[in-house]
Amino acid sequence: MSGGFWSRTAARALRRFGPLLALALMCAALSLLSEHFFSLDNLLNVFRQSAVNALLALGQLVVIITAGIDLSVGSILGLCCVLAALALKAGAPSALGIALALGAGAGLGAVNGLLYTKLRLPHPFIPTLGMMNVARGLALVITGGFPISELPAGFRYWGAGALWGIPAPVAVVVGFCLIFHLLLTRTTPGRDLYAIGGNRQAALLCGVPVDGRLILAYTLSGLTAGAGAVVLAGRMNSGFPLAGAGAELDSIAAVIIGGASFFGGVGTVLGTLVGALIMGVLRNGLNLMNVSAYWQTVVIGAVIVAAVWVDVVRQRAAAGR
Amino acid sequence: MTAPLLEMRAIRKSFGGVCALREVSFDVLPGEVHALVGENGAGKSTLMNIASGVLKADGGEILWDGRPAGELTPRRAQQMGIAFVHQELALAPQLSAGENIFLGRRPCRPGPLGWVRWEEIHRRAGELLHQLGRPIDPRRPAAELSVGEQQLVEIARALAFQARLVIMDEPTAALSEREAARLFEVIARLKQRGVSVVYITHRLKEIYQTAGRVTVLRDGRRVASAPVAELPPEELVRHMVGRAAREQFPPADPGRRPAEELLRVEGFSARGRFQDVRFCLRRGEILGLAGLVGAGRTELLEALFGAAPHEAGRLWIQGRPVRIRSPRDAIRHGMALIPDDRKTKGLIPGAPLIWNIVLASERGLRIRGDRERRQSERMAAELRLRAPGLQEPVNRLSGGNQQKVVLARWLLADASIFLLDEPTRGIDVGAKAEIYELIRGLAARGAGVVLVSSELEEVLGLADRVLVMHRGRIAGELDRAQAGEEAVMRLATGGLP
Repeated sequence: MSGGFWSRTAARALRRFGPLLALALMCAALSLLSEHFFSLDNLLNVFRQSAVNALLALGQLVVIITAGIDLSVGSILGLCCVLAALALKAGAPSALGIALALGAGAGLGAVNGLLYTKLRLPHPFIPTLGMMNVARGLALVITGGFPISELPAGFRYWGAGALWGIPAPVAVVVGFCLIFHLLLTRTTPGRDLYAIGGNRQAALLCGVPVDGRLILAYTLSGLTAGAGAVVLAGRMNSGFPLAGAGAELDSIAAVIIGGASFFGGVGTVLGTLVGALIMGVLRNGLNLMNVSAYWQTVVIGAVIVAAVWVDVVRQRAAAGR
Repeated sequence: MTAPLLEMRAIRKSFGGVCALREVSFDVLPGEVHALVGENGAGKSTLMNIASGVLKADGGEILWDGRPAGELTPRRAQQMGIAFVHQELALAPQLSAGENIFLGRRPCRPGPLGWVRWEEIHRRAGELLHQLGRPIDPRRPAAELSVGEQQLVEIARALAFQARLVIMDEPTAALSEREAARLFEVIARLKQRGVSVVYITHRLKEIYQTAGRVTVLRDGRRVASAPVAELPPEELVRHMVGRAAREQFPPADPGRRPAEELLRVEGFSARGRFQDVRFCLRRGEILGLAGLVGAGRTELLEALFGAAPHEAGRLWIQGRPVRIRSPRDAIRHGMALIPDDRKTKGLIPGAPLIWNIVLASERGLRIRGDRERRQSERMAAELRLRAPGLQEPVNRLSGGNQQKVVLARWLLADASIFLLDEPTRGIDVGAKAEIYELIRGLAARGAGVVLVSSELEEVLGLADRVLVMHRGRIAGELDRAQAGEEAVMRLATGGLP
């Protein structure tokens, strides 16, 4: 049965490294199509532009592993931008602004989790859809719809600065990736999230504190939205109430392209990071080739469907054997 | 003698090598009520699913009205006049009673739009329900009706189809005494109209109340078929059970005496599921919980484990009163539940074996991979788990090995009270014997085991003491010496001990 062993190993490797392989192929193709693509400047640019989506996708990943979904991350990001900018304008130090964005994000995420588990709402779609509207609405109410610009340099550093030539947002993403990777692979709560996504009833019967873990997942998702707010507001030098509109869908796309399953129980930090980069590289490459932004949206949509379809075909092939 | 309406000759059927029906013959006369009885898994539902075209027989012949029925499909059977009222009622809850009765054949006005004639639906539905002796408003949504009323709507649907044979699969399982009595009236009315009824049941009393003839199946064979008057209850039970206990069970240690009390339960109740359950479980004891499917055993175990609510009742563990509100509480007190359905309640199917083994004994924040690997390897060796490796997804294992994974999980968690719900369901014979040995082993090392099984011989072969449940209550307790299949069956079917 060595043939079975090797084909199984190959299938597993493909699941694990498939997105990475796709990313490498895309980069190779774009290097041939455009001489500007494969330069340090451009690649750092791709990373910088993918940072916010990568952060949101990390939180989204944790939720999708539990077989959930968080539709509110874009709006939470917007509200956190506005709250931090207001505090900074009122004279708060940069550190307080950052803490406020992270804290508000985590707090709103925790509310999602509490609504979902304690009110026994039928599906996380409902509380997070509600939060998506409430948070966006509050951001608009607070600002009257106007952006709050000119933020202090200490705050802007995290969106626009650099550390030994590495853009600060990239450092933030790498840091969050490490923490989330350790959480998901090395800790009991992290593994409980996979167990809940794999079979919630079985997890409950094994004594996993399901409600608490779900609240944790949504809190983490809110936290990464807060981090995304710091990076985005810093880069734009402004807290604007419509920041992050539609970003929840991009983050879901990155997670799914990165090999996680909507049915829960499956997904990795590496895959999600690669998923976010695939979306970033795609946009960047199409830009370099002078494809209009309108067409880029069309292509991204097709890639999302294709990525999941490839996964379905592969799984069906594996099951048929 | 009149010619039979339905005649099934030498029907054979097997599922993946397991023989479910061996040359079973069965017939129904016009206008008779024919009871079909047997233990769980005797083949009653299989036989009736063949008659109604849901399953295809592997061999045999079916005659309808004296003529070969040919290839039966559910649609064809319905056109012939066979209606099946299933145990799980199949009404669309949001639609009205009348609409449910005419589902699929609403009377419509001619023309391309096909407007539905609502007045006609409700008028005709009202008439049918009236004929059955129960005036239910046909405009009421099905969801608002009681279970008994819903059943009536299904029977009315059968009449609307001009059914000549109505098959009822344990129709009283979910009914109150009063509703059951009304159902018997309805059955009498069907009989008057010349409609035949096949009545599948576990309850002896009902056979003598309603049926004219009775057929007993056992292990896929017809073992008796006679007018009820010629088959007294004792003989009927003997036919249902009728086999010597098999010798596949490891012998109990004769010198062992059950000792200290581990678990005591008093007055445990949950409305509609179980009532006033009381028992005690001692260290080193296997307590069998026998009963028919639907007697409330699974519900009781899940409630004891904190996974399902209960309304009243008290628990003592090792003499100390405890309250268990969640599976976490139960685990903290040393309880373990091995649920009846591995796939939906027991395992994380896509996750590696090792995760499934350690899931109930995780402590602290950090995962200690080395320790988990050592522990899992020890458990795998101890239970003789056959798997390619600890990282193998658990759904790739055979049923027996999957069940060993679940057992390993609770051994690792150091549980002392094991609630086993159908621990050998879907497991082949060889693996069953291994599981039996493991269960004996649990008791030998001082754990207490509550064993629920629908396979009576399993309960009798393993248990030191047997509690029999009937309709949510403990109908009686038998010790090892008294507990024979007939005694248990009598209690389980609602007879006196």
